Amino acid sequence: MLGFLVRRCLIAIPTILLISVFVFGLQKLLPGDPVLAMAGEDRDPATLSLLREKYHLNDPVPVQYLTWVGNAATGDLGISLRTRQPVLQLIGEKLPVTIQLAVMALFIALIIGIPTGVLSAYRKGTWVDWLSNVTALSGLSVPNFWLGIMLILLVSVRLGWLPASGFVALGDDPLKSLQTMIMPAFVLGSGLAATLMRHTRAAMLGVLKSDYVRTARAKGLGERTVLVKHALRNALVPIVTVTTLLFGELLGGAVLTEQIFTIPGFGKLVVDAVFNRDYAVVQGIVLCTAVGFIAMNILADAAYRILNPRMSDA
Amino acid sequence: MSDTTFLLLGKRLALAALLALSAGWVHAADLKIGLAEDPDVLDPDQSRTFVGRIVYASLCDKLVDISPDLKIVPMLATSWDWSADGMTLTMKLRPGVTFHDGTPFDAEAVKYNIERSATLQESLRKAEVKSIASTEVVDPLTVKFTLKAPDATLLAQLADRAGMMISPTAAKAEGVDFGLNPVCSGPFKFVKRIQQDRIELEKYAGYYDAARIHFDHLTFLPIPDGTVRLANLRAGDLDMIERLAATDLASAKADANLTVASATSLGYQGITVNIANTDAAKNPLGQDARVRQALSLAIDRDAINQVVFNGAFAPGNQPFPPTSPWYDKDFPIEKRDVAKAKALLKEAGLDKVDVKLQVPNSPEQAQLAQVIQSMAAEAGINIQIVAKEFATMLKDQTAGDYQATQVGWSGRVDPDGNIYGFVVTGAGLNDGHYSNPDVDKALNEARTSTDVAKRKVSYDAAQKILLTDLPIIYLYHQVWIWAANKKVEGFVPYPDGMIRLQDVKFAN
Repeated sequence: MLGFLVRRCLIAIPTILLISVFVFGLQKLLPGDPVLAMAGEDRDPATLSLLREKYHLNDPVPVQYLTWVGNAATGDLGISLRTRQPVLQLIGEKLPVTIQLAVMALFIALIIGIPTGVLSAYRKGTWVDWLSNVTALSGLSVPNFWLGIMLILLVSVRLGWLPASGFVALGDDPLKSLQTMIMPAFVLGSGLAATLMRHTRAAMLGVLKSDYVRTARAKGLGERTVLVKHALRNALVPIVTVTTLLFGELLGGAVLTEQIFTIPGFGKLVVDAVFNRDYAVVQGIVLCTAVGFIAMNILADAAYRILNPRMSDA
Repeated sequence: MSDTTFLLLGKRLALAALLALSAGWVHAADLKIGLAEDPDVLDPDQSRTFVGRIVYASLCDKLVDISPDLKIVPMLATSWDWSADGMTLTMKLRPGVTFHDGTPFDAEAVKYNIERSATLQESLRKAEVKSIASTEVVDPLTVKFTLKAPDATLLAQLADRAGMMISPTAAKAEGVDFGLNPVCSGPFKFVKRIQQDRIELEKYAGYYDAARIHFDHLTFLPIPDGTVRLANLRAGDLDMIERLAATDLASAKADANLTVASATSLGYQGITVNIANTDAAKNPLGQDARVRQALSLAIDRDAINQVVFNGAFAPGNQPFPPTSPWYDKDFPIEKRDVAKAKALLKEAGLDKVDVKLQVPNSPEQAQLAQVIQSMAAEAGINIQIVAKEFATMLKDQTAGDYQATQVGWSGRVDPDGNIYGFVVTGAGLNDGHYSNPDVDKALNEARTSTDVAKRKVSYDAAQKILLTDLPIIYLYHQVWIWAANKKVEGFVPYPDGMIRLQDVKFAN
């Protein structure tokens, strides 16, 4: 297992380098002059040239890239052009927020998605299956931003049950933090729950038809044991794959959800940074996200090996 | 203990808890304001956003302030005098003022601040204080500015970020990173900021005018989505919001729990035409004033206001809104006249004109452009709308890669700030490269005189030419709309869009 992890981490290095080239290149392809976006309404020519000088925007692009990669390798991702805070510090502040949101959303997705998936596979063709499918389809079709605003209007404005926004850090007041995050996590998780439900159902349908399930039943095991211990465990491998892939979707969805519920996370940071042409921040975030994504994939591969020991030799 | 007593006790406890809770709400005096954007760095010398100035209004006092009718009024300076030749400005400073870190506010502090604005490498205030040749400490409470040339706009500059006084002690210690932990002399002092989430301030006990401040804590929460901002206000999570969308005005007014206030802004929105910036200007709209007049005549400004902005904004035809003392009343907004527009085109030897109009890609501006498009079509002006992301649009505009652009200006207190930079030959914001020596002369004269009546004559003279040449076709003036919980009392709307909390309080 250790050898596997080391090997995978080494393979990840060229991938990350390639991503850094893309991130940097895409930024340069963004139309609009970053200095104009920064200098304010007055666009004083002296300010413009000062900013260009200060952020090395007069250097050739490859030189700019190498400077950035060199600094990034030593942990210096630069400072935000807009607020002067170090990018690393910003990421350190925002990442836990988005992780909390993502974990809560994933949790909601899992507790809704997997049981309904199992149930609808088990009761295939009945009204339970039908209802789960319709709910899942609506979960997939309803856009985040619409569901978010509707929930705010209903739960916060009409019923006054939960605050409409106003983020509280988990460390400051755990209960309040969960209260403010539950709605955004639900919005973000609902779409994922639908995807998970569909995949769990498909995987379970396949497994439930297999010989060993029939054998388990023939042995006289209870339906519960058959479903959870025999069928679900084997159906989990594709579900883990999907969950890992969903992580990317989660981060993408977090961009919108954080905007609506004004959660000061990664997504909001990156959107503001793009509009303000805050290059250092955009680059830092995309790089961190890419590294996180690769790490998730390595972890998923490790999880396969734990769930299905036969894969270890592969 | 019997069941009934137990129940009663429980009820009493619950009641007591409820009372304690509600009492807490009344006495905490914690005001929460929803902002439309997240401010940038909180250093008055380095910041550039409008929304940042809303935070400064509570954090950093200025040498002078403005009144709702745009007169310059005392703030940290209690009085001032211009020399007869307009070359020196002497200010008397308010005694007994301290910065939030205890540093006394005096003439030395003013000198330090003005010099920082002029010399800090990162300063964005250089242009605003560039007319000041030197700052002299006459005595601890008197400061004298000697100018390079007469500058009528200086007082107005000192009524904004250039006049915000920061603690020299803190500024020297923090240097360029002052904005991460700002120390000023306003009614509230900085507590903490969580980027894109909140800026927290608390009442400064040593404020010279503390009796007029009725909140212990002040929290600014940036919530960019207008619908969500309003929903937060309705849910009671915010006490006040700024820049309510015109489309939400009716529903906010209908809500018995909310109050709404508004003020016509100092800024404008219009169409800037490329007159001579690269070959892109070589088209009928750029080359012939009659075509621009035809376009202006084809537009029904009232209809735009009704259709796009629910009637909440103010139609306009000059760089100053009709409510401004600088507005030239001899040239009121012309009624739409398609026949006259067509006649003007004919006079220019044209039946039809094609125009490419670039607009920012926001829903409101796109709708505005579509309304203009359909109005212009009736006069034979065929507009092609090119929607662009704002930073891109700005770049193309400065580079001369455009025919006409729908753009605006947030506005300045001094009239010079709304007009000079955009139409004077070679000025920094003159993206259309418009040039007319008579306009230049009038506007340069207006800059140097401190006599309001004389300046008005100069502005009117320039206006007369500009309304014929039309390098900028002015369309409307945004109206700042604030909405607040009805318990918030005493708020006075200002045309600069700021929130001044003096005398604002919760109703008992």
